[in-house]
Amino acid sequence: MHLFIQACILGLLAGGVYALMASGLTLAFGVMRVINVAQGAMIVLGAFLSYTLFTKLHIDPFVSVVLLTPLMFLVGVVLQLVFIRPLRADEREELSLLVTWALALGIEGLLSVLYKTNYRSTITSYADNSWRVLGYHLSEVRVFAFGMSVVILALLYVVLTRTEFGRTMRATVQNPVSARLLGVNVERVSALGFGISVATATAAGAVFGMVTPFFPGSHYDLISRLLSIIVLGGLGSLGGAIIAALFMGMAEAVFAAEISPTWSSFTFFIVLIAILLLRPQGLFGTNERGAL
Amino acid sequence: MSRFTRTGALRAVVVFGALAAFPFVFPAQWIVNIAIFTLMYAGLATAWNLLGGFSGYLSLGHAAFFGVGAYAIAIAFTHIGIGGSGYKPFFALPLVGIAVALVSVPIAWVALRVRAATFAIVTLTLLFVVQQLAFNLHHITHGSQGLALPPPPFDVSTFEQPFYFAMLGVFALAFFTCWWVKGSKLGLMLFSIRDDEDRARGVGVRVTGAKVIAFAVSVGFTGMLGGVWAYYIQFIYPQFAVDPLITIGAVLMAFLGGKGTVWGPTVGAFILVPAQQYMAYKLGASELYLLGYASVFLLIMLFLPRGIIPSISDHLARRRSGRPEEPPGAVASAPRATLPGGMAP
Repeated sequence: MHLFIQACILGLLAGGVYALMASGLTLAFGVMRVINVAQGAMIVLGAFLSYTLFTKLHIDPFVSVVLLTPLMFLVGVVLQLVFIRPLRADEREELSLLVTWALALGIEGLLSVLYKTNYRSTITSYADNSWRVLGYHLSEVRVFAFGMSVVILALLYVVLTRTEFGRTMRATVQNPVSARLLGVNVERVSALGFGISVATATAAGAVFGMVTPFFPGSHYDLISRLLSIIVLGGLGSLGGAIIAALFMGMAEAVFAAEISPTWSSFTFFIVLIAILLLRPQGLFGTNERGAL
Repeated sequence: MSRFTRTGALRAVVVFGALAAFPFVFPAQWIVNIAIFTLMYAGLATAWNLLGGFSGYLSLGHAAFFGVGAYAIAIAFTHIGIGGSGYKPFFALPLVGIAVALVSVPIAWVALRVRAATFAIVTLTLLFVVQQLAFNLHHITHGSQGLALPPPPFDVSTFEQPFYFAMLGVFALAFFTCWWVKGSKLGLMLFSIRDDEDRARGVGVRVTGAKVIAFAVSVGFTGMLGGVWAYYIQFIYPQFAVDPLITIGAVLMAFLGGKGTVWGPTVGAFILVPAQQYMAYKLGASELYLLGYASVFLLIMLFLPRGIIPSISDHLARRRSGRPEEPPGAVASAPRATLPGGMAP
């Protein structure tokens, strides 16, 4: 029982970071019907950038998030303008899969040239510290990572629900045609949406690098998990993605602790198959547009 | 639908005749080596096209079945040996193809419950499932250590030839299957699914059956090519046999040549694979190679998403009908009037 609860705690903390990673992915899909296969590579890129800032300039990864996120937001906007916007609307959903896959390969190639293909890890002075609460270990890094994810997701929620820009974005998710008829600049919203998606990936990457060793090819492993999460949550549903991420994080940790660590990544695939059989549109997805 | 027209048949006879004569005209080993990979990718792209091009279901997981075929041959022949002449693995190929196709039926049935982007996600995940299986089923796959096949007892000077003809054989089989399907009732069913699946179902097309058959046949050929590849390479391990780059290579070639056409994937492979091998040879380090690959890929997707063959045949059709050439993009811009987000008003 002790092991089970310890695994649940670890899984919940990991699930919070998964939630941040998956939020951008599902948001980009909601706004543009674009599956960003490069999301995993963006996370790894964020991990390498914060790793470099930490080892060269001794900037703490939690501080570098504040510096890197706006920068990568701009990179995301530019990527959308250059690579996603030229795709024709009726082919965008399928072509974007391939274009973003090419982007992922490009980022992997670039990182391999710059950093070679060794495993890295951002190890801060407090990396091994942990608190004991009622006999359970709470690693400081993981708790901070979870806290940061919650803060960023809360910011995202406020932006989406309380600002003019958030309203235009939700309108675009619900129905781009009506949104445009009502004067929303859908193209602009799409570019900014992709920017937000890349920014969340960068922030998640900075903390990912502190809890998991990574190398340029790590993105395949990440994207396969994240895609399972957003299918489970329902494509385009932000709330669904967060709940699915927390659930999958815990399911994976419990599976690893109680059954087998070697097979723990299969938790994602088992859940994916179950969801396809029982509810192909995902937990919170709809057959129509409009889930957010 | 033109089906086995005289010019079409003539073209096929000339191309496949030339391919059969190729290793005798250019016997140098490095040339035949490149030709083997070219034929392999031509076969992979053609097989992918049967599902992705004809029915519009974009599979990103074909490498999973390539790996299954490769491991099937490798596992079988590390244990029982390949016997005197060394041709035994080739005779086992049809069995591998049928077995992979049968295994894929339940998988296809589950995966094909969802469409478009979700289908692509599911197939992509399938690839990682199979890769993970290859790592974890240590007692039969030897995990990350990999499996070594016994060396084939072929004469050194013509070592490549049996593999060349095996690849050519599977490729030809996939090609003629595709050609036949394109003019058949199954082809019409697949095209109707691509154009509008709901309406096709509404008028009585058995969409699920057609999709599952296309999936099974497509991955069956993919598995056979994986089998030949494993025997040729003689040493396989998980990252190498179940490589996302194999899928993406085949998809890219189908797009470059023109997906949904009979010759497109072949044209794409014959352009890209030699270029790819040349790049790998020139740039050497795999890191730069990945960058080069990604750039070529992006250029094709952005500037030639419809592919070479459809672009050329449009051009010819316009000339034949005597209408003046429209400026490039004029045709493409008509559907662009629809609003973004994939919804036509």
